[in-house]
Amino acid sequence: MKDYVPVIGLEIHVELSTKSKMFCQCSADFFGKRPNSLVCPVCLGLPGALPVPNKKAVEWTVKIGKALNCKINPESKFDRKHYFYPDLPKGYQISQYDEPIAVGGFLEANKKKFRIHRVHLEEDTGKLTHEGKDSLVDFNRSGVPLVEIVTEPDFTNSEDVVAFLKELHTIIKEYLQVSDANMDQGSMRLEPNISIKKVDDKNLPNYKVEVKNINSFNFVKRAIEFELKRQLELLQKGETPIQETRGFNEKKGITVPQRTKEGAEDYRYFPEPDIPPLSFTQKYVEEVEIPELPAQKTKRYEKNYNLREHDAFILTRDGKMATYFEKVMEEIRDKAKGQKVANLIINKKIDSTASVKELTEKLKDQSEGRKTDLGSLESAIVAVLEGHPKEIKEYQSGKENIIMFFVGQVMREMKGQANPQVVKQELEKKLKK
Amino acid sequence: MNILGKSYVELLGLLNSKKISTKELHEYFSKREKKYNKELNVFLTLAENPGVEGEMPLAYKDNYNTEGIRTTASSKVLDSYISPYDATVVERLKKSKTYVFGKTNLDAWAHGASTETSDYGATKNPWDTSRVPGGSSGGSAAATASYLMPATIGSDTGGSIRCPASWCGVVGLKPTYGRVSRYGVIAMGSSFDCPGPLSWHVEDCALLLSHMAGFDPYDATTSSKPVPAYMEKLNAEKKLKIGIAESFFENVDKEVKKKIEEALEILRKMGHIEKKIKMLNPKHALSAYTILQRSEVSSNLGRYDGIRYGNDRSFFKEEAKKRIMLGTYTLSHGYYDQYYKKAQKVRALIIEDFKKAFDDVDIIIAPSTPSTAVKLGEFKKYPFFGEQMDILNEPANVSGIPSINIPVGLDSKRLPVGMQIMGRQFDEETILNVSYKFQRETNFFNMRETLLKKYHD
Repeated sequence: MKDYVPVIGLEIHVELSTKSKMFCQCSADFFGKRPNSLVCPVCLGLPGALPVPNKKAVEWTVKIGKALNCKINPESKFDRKHYFYPDLPKGYQISQYDEPIAVGGFLEANKKKFRIHRVHLEEDTGKLTHEGKDSLVDFNRSGVPLVEIVTEPDFTNSEDVVAFLKELHTIIKEYLQVSDANMDQGSMRLEPNISIKKVDDKNLPNYKVEVKNINSFNFVKRAIEFELKRQLELLQKGETPIQETRGFNEKKGITVPQRTKEGAEDYRYFPEPDIPPLSFTQKYVEEVEIPELPAQKTKRYEKNYNLREHDAFILTRDGKMATYFEKVMEEIRDKAKGQKVANLIINKKIDSTASVKELTEKLKDQSEGRKTDLGSLESAIVAVLEGHPKEIKEYQSGKENIIMFFVGQVMREMKGQANPQVVKQELEKKLKK
Repeated sequence: MNILGKSYVELLGLLNSKKISTKELHEYFSKREKKYNKELNVFLTLAENPGVEGEMPLAYKDNYNTEGIRTTASSKVLDSYISPYDATVVERLKKSKTYVFGKTNLDAWAHGASTETSDYGATKNPWDTSRVPGGSSGGSAAATASYLMPATIGSDTGGSIRCPASWCGVVGLKPTYGRVSRYGVIAMGSSFDCPGPLSWHVEDCALLLSHMAGFDPYDATTSSKPVPAYMEKLNAEKKLKIGIAESFFENVDKEVKKKIEEALEILRKMGHIEKKIKMLNPKHALSAYTILQRSEVSSNLGRYDGIRYGNDRSFFKEEAKKRIMLGTYTLSHGYYDQYYKKAQKVRALIIEDFKKAFDDVDIIIAPSTPSTAVKLGEFKKYPFFGEQMDILNEPANVSGIPSINIPVGLDSKRLPVGMQIMGRQFDEETILNVSYKFQRETNFFNMRETLLKKYHD
């Protein structure tokens, strides 16, 4: 590989979790619903039906664009993208061609910046299932708002791709909360474009291989690694891999050809005459609020609470966990204890539904050295020792590790209301007598 | 009671004062349908149920979706298609105490200006059944002219209301694009399609428009501008500046020109002022319209892919196939800039041209069609028959302005001549007002009375 460098770009489709579909009032919450139960003339593409865009979906796309540091185009529009497929009831998909909602952003992952080419809004298609000779189509998904995020071909390895995708997933699901981004259910779909060029070649390769609809980070990684190996072998033989779309076979861990793409397909895009162009005022764009994003939060935790980078990163992966952490910190009013709180939440995997009060109490005991009532400790120790003559003998015969057994017993007797360090000291005094 | 020739407004008054019943009206028009439909072929489908008491009958061009009633757009692709929903216009008119009496013939998919491309046979012109009624709303226009309905609903993409209104000698209104919802009207050229009414009487069009018009949450291209009370403004005193552009009289039949000039003389006598204006030649609108409309058609017909609706693509006939091919071509990679994009630029210029003209004048008057009704079969002689017949109508569609056809007399073949009055964006009020005054002044030269002698009860 040393003479070559991979060139990888990503297309990510995210289904928005708006209440209604993109162009009609049908529920967009289609997963697991009875086939063709969430349909109307609009999403079935019946003669005469017209699309009316969902304002929330547009706002959420602007939100994603802003979160990805994009420029929001002041003028945007929808276009018709034509192709025939049984799950596409109008013979075209309403998408965006040359004026997407957001362009030219970036997202950091693995401490590197990856450029975002564009973010646009479109409608999802129906879903085909094949039963023997029959193909069945379910239009419940038809018209669900779908955001497409396209990166520049900035990636050179699968680790960066996965780090990027995880960061994006966290932002969309945990922070913006605009999609379940559930990959098993297909509400987030990943398509890497993979090619390889010579290290000193300034141009992009003259081919690219697109691997379609992958539904896990691990599969993306494996698909990319498989492709890089496959393509490299071809290149080293002096061949150029063909431009095509491939699918990932999860069981075998390989990619397989789906269809050959000779140049661009002709989708005969033209502006959707049924929907007037969108225009976004500066005020509108400013008023679309973006929460503090995980990367910023990580930095703030490191700075304000002196957390280890790794812990700050883990805490901020889960929106609820981060909120919980901050609530606890607010309650105990002691920034210096940040790392301790973080440890407790991360290691003990504290359920973030546990009350903040409970945890704070626990913390106070721990961190303030748990004032130990020496009187009751004395009697607790006596009681424990009386009950375990055999273990005392073991200790005295040199098996000093057994002291931790006594600490545990005493702590139990004290119902946790003691500092284990103190307990140990006191026990040693008694046992060594 | 003598119903023959009475206006929709008049009949509604009688119905409201219980001097006539829905049942009587239904029986009356059913009788006329039985008597004359065979000859004229205006109805494709009749509703099974008469309306409930208090409702007026209305007939719709068969590209309007009507719940539970077959909707074909005159194409056998949709031969057995029964719509599960009402178009917004149908729904609104139902709420305004009407019921669907029947569905009228049109050129298949509204492609044409003669109603001969219908898969259910041509409609005949009531004035001369060897001639076409115009199109594509030919069924609606002929039904109105022969009084098989007091008023009908049509749609106008590039003259499809005004052309047949002109050739059948009735009033036909194409409102401003965005004034009336397109939801539920089978799409032809989506950026041009305008639903509108036809009748012998201007007041009927005014009343029906006031019921049809207004913002529709199901059509993102409708305007939220309030709907004026058109009926109340019909009698308002208006002295208007009438724009006359020479380019709209080029290649127009002499007799048609003469009738328009006579009508203009009447308008001048009524106190309106005429002004010569310069406007882009309508041939530019025709070119832009043809490319944009074909592009939209090729896209809109993609959904009839044979998977749904029963009949497959082999049921498309020549005209639709030609349009799909041309539109597919103009949208193709490498040709898009040359055709679609260029046509959009021309469209912008035409919009601007009208805007400037209306700075100066209140209305623009032109013939609706360059000639009177042609013989059946004639359309085959023209490669772009519809466009050539609608050359004077298409500028209004390209620019989105409202325009109305009113009858201005008969030519030497005793065929109606139509005049169109174009108005400013959303100023249907003015063109209805001047048409109504003209109607009061002339009674449209007793054309209705003349024709209905032939189509007596």
